[in-house]
Amino acid sequence: MVALAQSDFREPAHRTGVQVDINAVSHQFELEGEPLPVLDRVSFAVEPGQFVALLGPSGCGKSTLLRLLAGLDHPTAGSLRVNGETIADPDPSRILVFQDPTLFPWRTVRDNVALGLEAQGIIRTSGDRVDAALRLVGLAGFEKAYPHQLSGGMAQRVALARALVNDPRLLLLDEPLGKLDSLTRLTMQAELVALWQKAAMTAVLVTHDVEEALFLTQRVLVFGPRPARIVADIPVDLPYPRHRGDPRLGELRREALQHLGLAASW
Amino acid sequence: MTAIESNDTRFSTAASPAASARPAGRTWWTGAFAALLWLAAAAVIEFWPEIIPAPYGRELAILAVLVAALLGLVLATGPFLGKTAAWIRYYGPWFAVAAVGLGIWEVLTAKLALLPVPFFASPQGILEVYIDDWARLGESVLHSVLLLAKGYFFGAVIGFTTGVTIGWSRAAGYWVHPILRLIGPLPATAWLPLSFFIFPSSGSASVFLIALATAFPVTILTWSGIASVNRDYYDIARTLGASRWFLIFKVAIPAALPHVFVGLFMGLGTSFAVLVVAEMLGVKAGLGWYLQWAQGWAAYANMYAALIVMALMCSSLITILFRIRDRVLSWQKGLVRW
Repeated sequence: MVALAQSDFREPAHRTGVQVDINAVSHQFELEGEPLPVLDRVSFAVEPGQFVALLGPSGCGKSTLLRLLAGLDHPTAGSLRVNGETIADPDPSRILVFQDPTLFPWRTVRDNVALGLEAQGIIRTSGDRVDAALRLVGLAGFEKAYPHQLSGGMAQRVALARALVNDPRLLLLDEPLGKLDSLTRLTMQAELVALWQKAAMTAVLVTHDVEEALFLTQRVLVFGPRPARIVADIPVDLPYPRHRGDPRLGELRREALQHLGLAASW
Repeated sequence: MTAIESNDTRFSTAASPAASARPAGRTWWTGAFAALLWLAAAAVIEFWPEIIPAPYGRELAILAVLVAALLGLVLATGPFLGKTAAWIRYYGPWFAVAAVGLGIWEVLTAKLALLPVPFFASPQGILEVYIDDWARLGESVLHSVLLLAKGYFFGAVIGFTTGVTIGWSRAAGYWVHPILRLIGPLPATAWLPLSFFIFPSSGSASVFLIALATAFPVTILTWSGIASVNRDYYDIARTLGASRWFLIFKVAIPAALPHVFVGLFMGLGTSFAVLVVAEMLGVKAGLGWYLQWAQGWAAYANMYAALIVMALMCSSLITILFRIRDRVLSWQKGLVRW
């Protein structure tokens, strides 16, 4: 349903995703004066261009990790590096997509997508990238619509376009399909894979949906309950495009559920 | 996203007159009835002898006939006169009731003098004011509007700026909040004696008072608007490379605008009150002054005439603000879904 063929996102050969190194990162919040640890010495690395899922129970601290990667918060201890450089501040090369589309309701679809270019002051020189991004997510023709006129799936596509227009090297997805109905969800899972392949970027997906993690990504990191630690690192050794009925996915699913302590239901 | 949309601040939800006009083709009986009532009112005015002879009884009767003629025209042409006709059709029952009201008023005052005489003016008495004293009334309206515009403009600008500043900066909030809490609820008119003493002219004092009355609600609502902006908007904008300037002007302020308009409406309401008091007590011009002056001469018809004009003025200004809001916040409208 998404016309991915005509894209102005031709990838220069030398451009790929970034290398991400997370080293002994711990983080805690203050809750009514009490420290609440959410991450406990988490370490892992993501290869350039890899698509990784962070899978774990709700509220285990996966989203916090994404915020740290985006540069919105700073870790209590440990270091996060992108291509060897410590993450200090938010940067348009690392974009976070939330569970809620969080579009600005006073802006049209086009102006929402243009937000990043506008904020960086390059909207005049690269305005055509907005149209390209809208085509990429299959929303050409909806430029003048306002967010309240969109369905949930369309709004989330706009949010994706708003991220992709900045040509990010690291795409951080915080349960981006979590609030969609199950049919739209299946469609958009396939679209996400296509977008990631097209833009050749590193992508980190936070989800608590085992199937989604296995269907989309190349590697699933399973987190335990809070304070989160990695309890398993499962490579998904299947080529794209994948088939949902693949028996190998079933085996991996069993393995992941076992690590989540839910094996009894199998 | 829903945080902003749920800030529903709609004031003008009256049903569109055009939409609820009755379908074309059927005879508009209400209109026919209303036209007859207006003719009857004209007859009462013209042929029933007055107890207190007053000029312009004939003119009033002619006006009533003209209204009846207008209703007759709408009745005859059906839907061909466009929006105005639709509007008149929608308010048909009101036209009928107004004719009855005019007739009763006329009988109680001019014809039978049942109401105490100098205090209750007859309809032709008020018409007389508009015909003979329109120049002074018009000048008063002009003065009032100018004074209000100056005060309201300064008040709105200062209130908006203060609201944004204290909504954005914790330090500014720390220092300004206690002052607002202490002084804000004080009615602006309480400053009246002091301000006429401090300011060089009663005009500038009045501008100050109106600005003060406007600024308080605008400040509070702008502030609360800025404070209630969805935090995720800032995170989104920051990851997209937004500067501080961008966060304030392109995220915080647009998101807060629905609240700001509530403040602007409240400020306009309070500014009317201060305007009239300031004109009555200090400035020697404007509708407030006209009321005071008319009272001094026991010219009660002039007072009623001025009150009617004042009501029209205030209501028009509110309508203008509605139009501006509907334009600026057009993104809030509509529930069309694809």
